[in-house]
Amino acid sequence: MTQRNRLASGGQINRDETLKFMFDGKSYQGHAGDTLASALLANGVRLMGRSFKYHRPRGVLTAGSEEPNALVELRGGSRQEPNTRATTAELYHGLLAKSQNRLGSLRFDLLSINDRLSNFLTAGFYYKTFMWPAAFWEKLYEPVIRHAAGLGSLSLKDDPDVYDKGFLHCDLLIIGAGPAGLAAALTAGRAGADVIIADEDFRMGGRLNSETFALGDNSGADWAAATVAELQSLSNVRVMPRTTIIGAFDHGIYGAVERISDHLKTPQEGKPRQILWRIYTRQTILAGGATERPIAFENNDRPGIMLASALRTYANRFAVAADRRVAIFTNNDDGHRTASDLHAKGVKISAVVDVRADAPRSLDYEVLHGEVIDTKGRLGLTFAEVRLADGSTRTLECGALGLSGGWNPNVHLTCHQRGRPTWNDDLAAFVPGSDLPAGMTVAGAANGDMSTTGALQGGRNAALSVLDLDNAPLDLPAAEDAPVVIKPFWYVEGCSRAWLDQQNDVTVKDVKLSHQEGFRSVEHLKRYTTLGMATDQGKTSNMGGLAIMAELAGKSIPEVGTTIFRPPYTPTAIGAFGGRHRGQEFHPTRLTPSHKWATEQGAEFVEVGNWLRAQWFPRAGEKTWRESVDREVLATRASVGVCDVTTLGKVDVQGTDAADFLNKIYCNGFAKLAVGKTRYGLMLREDGIAMDDGTAARLAEDHFVVTTTTANALPVYRHMEFVRQCLFPDMDVQLISTTEAWAQYAVAGPNSRRVLEKIVDQDISNDAFPFMACANITVCGGLRARLFRISFSGELAYEIAVPTEYGDALMRRIMQAGAEFDITPYGTEALGVMRIEKGHAAGNELNGTTTAQNLGMGRMVSKKKDSIGSTLSEREGLNRDDDLRQVGIKPVNPEKAVPAGAHLMAMGGPVDAAHDQGYVTSACYSPNLGHAIALGFLKNGSERMGERMRLVSPLTNVETEVEIVSAHFIDPEGERLRA
Amino acid sequence: MIIQHPLLGPRDAAEFTYMGDAKLIDRPDWQSETAAQDFYAYGYLRDNPAGWHKELWFHEAGDRSWLVVTRNTVTHEISEVALARDVARARGRSK
Repeated sequence: MTQRNRLASGGQINRDETLKFMFDGKSYQGHAGDTLASALLANGVRLMGRSFKYHRPRGVLTAGSEEPNALVELRGGSRQEPNTRATTAELYHGLLAKSQNRLGSLRFDLLSINDRLSNFLTAGFYYKTFMWPAAFWEKLYEPVIRHAAGLGSLSLKDDPDVYDKGFLHCDLLIIGAGPAGLAAALTAGRAGADVIIADEDFRMGGRLNSETFALGDNSGADWAAATVAELQSLSNVRVMPRTTIIGAFDHGIYGAVERISDHLKTPQEGKPRQILWRIYTRQTILAGGATERPIAFENNDRPGIMLASALRTYANRFAVAADRRVAIFTNNDDGHRTASDLHAKGVKISAVVDVRADAPRSLDYEVLHGEVIDTKGRLGLTFAEVRLADGSTRTLECGALGLSGGWNPNVHLTCHQRGRPTWNDDLAAFVPGSDLPAGMTVAGAANGDMSTTGALQGGRNAALSVLDLDNAPLDLPAAEDAPVVIKPFWYVEGCSRAWLDQQNDVTVKDVKLSHQEGFRSVEHLKRYTTLGMATDQGKTSNMGGLAIMAELAGKSIPEVGTTIFRPPYTPTAIGAFGGRHRGQEFHPTRLTPSHKWATEQGAEFVEVGNWLRAQWFPRAGEKTWRESVDREVLATRASVGVCDVTTLGKVDVQGTDAADFLNKIYCNGFAKLAVGKTRYGLMLREDGIAMDDGTAARLAEDHFVVTTTTANALPVYRHMEFVRQCLFPDMDVQLISTTEAWAQYAVAGPNSRRVLEKIVDQDISNDAFPFMACANITVCGGLRARLFRISFSGELAYEIAVPTEYGDALMRRIMQAGAEFDITPYGTEALGVMRIEKGHAAGNELNGTTTAQNLGMGRMVSKKKDSIGSTLSEREGLNRDDDLRQVGIKPVNPEKAVPAGAHLMAMGGPVDAAHDQGYVTSACYSPNLGHAIALGFLKNGSERMGERMRLVSPLTNVETEVEIVSAHFIDPEGERLRA
Repeated sequence: MIIQHPLLGPRDAAEFTYMGDAKLIDRPDWQSETAAQDFYAYGYLRDNPAGWHKELWFHEAGDRSWLVVTRNTVTHEISEVALARDVARARGRSK
């Protein structure tokens, strides 16, 4: 197919490189340098999508990132990317795009019936229409609306591409590479400053590429290209095209998305699709330009109706005439530029319609004083209806209509720190206010300097000023310096189905209705009508809405004010925010030193925080995890087992005040703990709730080793540092986390001593190394190690630690030494079963709501000393007789389970929250007892041993009779521990 | 945000963990007659100003210093950063 709307010459496209692409299954051709939108227009395709609500035919409105209409699904398969703006999608060979938001074909969209129903689909129609009957919402209304609404569709497949994150630092960040940005970059770059210049476009130059202005002896586009080339040659300047600054954050930090591979069919090997940069800069010059705004009139949304500046961009930059017959509707001089540029390229100008009586005249085409009041053309513009100032009407034949309602400086980034723009009467637009983000200067059109000369000078002066340079080393080329001549004009009197926000289908009528219904704040207007809430965030529509609102309220536009601009400036893929942190890489994975050994044993692993821990070690013939766990438990209690406990947090506490310090962080006393002894410690929060538990081993007068639970290693360490630095700053005590410095193994069971005697160099007989002893020892003939005689399982048990690099070797050595006792490695499940059998509290019991009293450890809280949480733990409400107490629970029928989460109710009593007596926290099957057991909390539980209760869980249909028993199911006297 | 660490210079806020009001340094005397009331106020009654606020930040991914950061909660401007240990000492805390 020929590119019938491609102009014979001109443009910044490479006519030697022809690119084939597909749109809605049809094949077309474009050139390198095209966007999808310019290539479609070149092929005479004006219809590019359907609107969101009414499914009206739509084409491009703009030639940039502010585009509301021409959204397509780009690419296919797992790379399918919905809501891609055709105006920014760079054309590449083999590009595949589909229109979206239609049922049936683009030309015959079945949902265009909505347009006929528009009287029922006005602002707030959801709230008004789908109210009754209530039951219909879930079954009927919502599924139908969800099907009909929404923009493009997702592939629902994993994104095959990689996204990266990076950090950049500079003296000066320049946002935008139009005349102002380039002049600023050249000034700063030549002065030697460390500069980053970023522009969202793939071709830098901004409007210079879209206009026919000369800069000195060059065309604007040539001057831009030469300037970019010079900047790229400077080692102190980083030139970043295809890079959108999406947000201005605190203290000179900017977010930037660089599209590395979006212009390619697939990313090059090893290259990411996009990079999310965090840019740290001392100073910023915002030179983001301005965005033209349309004028609202009846049926102003037909394909072919677009911004006058976009028509100019397509003609001058892409050598595309949107149509061979074009009309212009304007309220300012800039609109006339489009007419003269297009006329010069041989395009027929039907007329320029200007709302001003004193509009400039032309010898080349007709200038009418009047307004466009309606248009015709089902799938694309054919005629525009004009009402002249004398009241008569005229019909203009045209396939494209350019709208120019004035230009809005792109103030968005100036508002990301809650800055408010101020109104400028001369421009009839908001310009940046005085409360800019720290370090930001605004230059060029973004600052309201609309002429090329103004932009060049503004950019240069901004760079001189922020870098504190005296004179300009840069001679600026001579350029146009036309003033802005505009008559504010927002919408044509009497129109109703005149689109303000084309992406969300918000009309002038909707804004009037919302005002009538009492939505007077601009923020309310936005949310009620959804004006400006689409992916374009109202870049072309907000001002029109504000102006109408101001008129209805009898206020000025600045009195109505704007809604708040928030990041991101343009839609940003979630993939860019996620970067490499996805799937398995979502967080780092921590492996213990004996992980490889455990893998060799065929262990099943479980995630505990960031750690992978062996959960159980299946053996041949075992069909369920329970068989493995039961075997591990029985073997450990019968002979000996070994478990990797490296993941428990370890904190080294040293200093002459170390014991006093532990007295502060633990509710029980540590001052009198003898050297060579270990003690269980319970840590409270300041509000008296249990925070964590563990052991503290006193290796020397001034040296303790504290353990924490795996999950709380970080918060407990943070808390300990808080107590040390903020509460007791003069204590002589030092802390360091040694969790990763030591590999630690629990060796448990009646034969544990016999195994360790073969490894430990010292005497560890019961007399020499009794229960709760600890010592610095050596193993295997001299390797430094630590031994603790502590037990979580309730058996005779030890924990032995060696420096991390020896962890794997020690585990293998323990297995070797234990072979004659059939030593059994056990995982976290068996560990859990044994601690429940023993009645030891763990994370399920220390769940952030329980006190020492609840845990049956109330008497541990020393009243003779000050410790964190001791004062508030004495509050009356935490010390009632009928408080929850930790108890053991077993089923009356040994076949039954006692699932965690189920609640305890009185026998024969009602089952409801008011009669709740307690709940199960931890449950398991005890292979030693041959039935299920559980730990839980029960009101006044310690006085209710032997009571029968109902264990219920209505959600999971549990109803079991249970008996309340001691939490110590195994060896309640603790004889095994001391053996 | 960037926090000017008194020992390490400018550091990104992402390296820190935030805790809250620096008044947590002023832990009451457990032996006071009004200890119960004082600890209640210490634990639960804190100002949440829109404006300047002294806050505790922990340099968790750094040198593990607790810092007192004077920060405007509206503008995020930071006017002063000190080691919490120095602040605690200046406020009479010792052992």
